[in-house]
Amino acid sequence: MAAFLRQSLIIAAKDLRSELRTKEALNASLAFSMVILVLFSFAFDPSSEQIQEFSGGLLWLVYSFAGALALNRSFAREMQNDCLDALIASPAPASALFVGKALANYGLLLAVELISLPVFGIFYGVHWTQQFWPLLLVMLLATWALTTIGTMFSALTVNLRLRELMLPTLVYPLMVPALMAAMTLTTDLLGGTPLNPENMIWLRVLVAFDFIFTALAVVFVDTVLVG
Amino acid sequence: MNALEIEDVWKYYGDFPALREIKLHVTPGSTVALLGRNGAGKTTLLRIVAGLSKPSQGDVRILGADVRLESSRRRIGVLGHGISLYDELSATENLMLFARLYDLDNPRKRAHAWLERTGLERVRDGLVREFSRGMRQRLAVARAFLHEPELLLFDEPFTALDDRAIAVLQTLLSEAHSRGRTLIMSTHQLREALELATHVALIHRGQIAYAGERRQEMLDDAGWLYRTYGDN
Repeated sequence: MAAFLRQSLIIAAKDLRSELRTKEALNASLAFSMVILVLFSFAFDPSSEQIQEFSGGLLWLVYSFAGALALNRSFAREMQNDCLDALIASPAPASALFVGKALANYGLLLAVELISLPVFGIFYGVHWTQQFWPLLLVMLLATWALTTIGTMFSALTVNLRLRELMLPTLVYPLMVPALMAAMTLTTDLLGGTPLNPENMIWLRVLVAFDFIFTALAVVFVDTVLVG
Repeated sequence: MNALEIEDVWKYYGDFPALREIKLHVTPGSTVALLGRNGAGKTTLLRIVAGLSKPSQGDVRILGADVRLESSRRRIGVLGHGISLYDELSATENLMLFARLYDLDNPRKRAHAWLERTGLERVRDGLVREFSRGMRQRLAVARAFLHEPELLLFDEPFTALDDRAIAVLQTLLSEAHSRGRTLIMSTHQLREALELATHVALIHRGQIAYAGERRQEMLDDAGWLYRTYGDN
């Protein structure tokens, strides 16, 4: 287990170091989120009552679209110079490779989300700090869901020519339960409603989703990468 | 115990059998030249031996163990068509990454030692994307040898190498052979391969057409093998 974690962290550190040098995915995701948030702020009246009702939905749509941009690069960067072959041939199991990449993507997506959140608050007049810690918990859980599925399908679509198109096509339908939970909880929390027995079911959905899809990805990633 | 045992391996791409009933035993310390025309199945076979692809049928064992076991992968060094290095990392960072994945002692010292052996010590902190093609190839050779593997798998090792990289590779291959390492290299460059090889395997249309010791006829006439065991 210690070796597995060590190898996962080596892969995660490598991915983050590469990303911080090129900033390809980070810049693309951040720019995309900012543009969408600004454009939507022109489409809707930020001072209206309705904004509270769809704030969670809007925020998670931006996060999931921006996330797809970053996740697309995850395994695609391994295709340059056939780096994936050297990783698969190394003693690190495919599951450690997956977990390492997922951890790096997780950090990247959380950074994009945490930078976008205050911008969202400013443009839409939403008080995102009033339930900050529960909101952070929802973001951590839902982002892991997005990361797990996105990283797995990034591996699955890495050899496809239309991978930029295929990844969102495959990921979003699977993400529906997690996105529904994240949107509902985020709307409640941004509206000032704390976590309560009524909306806790959605938190459980997120936890179950994370657990199930992480386990499935770890089990099947070797088949996906090696065949 | 054989260094490599390939038993009745088949590989299908859709309905097309890229490899058919491949059987090959390689003794430790051998240098095998894996020959064949384009599309014969050399790269497919090497990828299966390296654990990068699974056979549709059959079994591959490295020193008696399944190729996908972690212990087997530690014993293999692969140099494929790509250099398998990250452009945005430095030469040292690239080698340290693989040294850590192979859990080698003192990764930095090991990386620097191999950079020195391949004549890259002066650019050890330079990013790979700034390297010339020859430098990248020498770094790829260092990566393949870094963990001192017992079985080396090289796919077209001399293709597109510059003179210096060829010299480095030939020195390292000779050293590896003298230390009892097993080498399998697929190549079109018959003369270089046959001079290094102790054994030859010819793949023709996905099947082993010849497997055995290198013969004098092969050195005297590079086309003899293809004329005798291939189509022409």
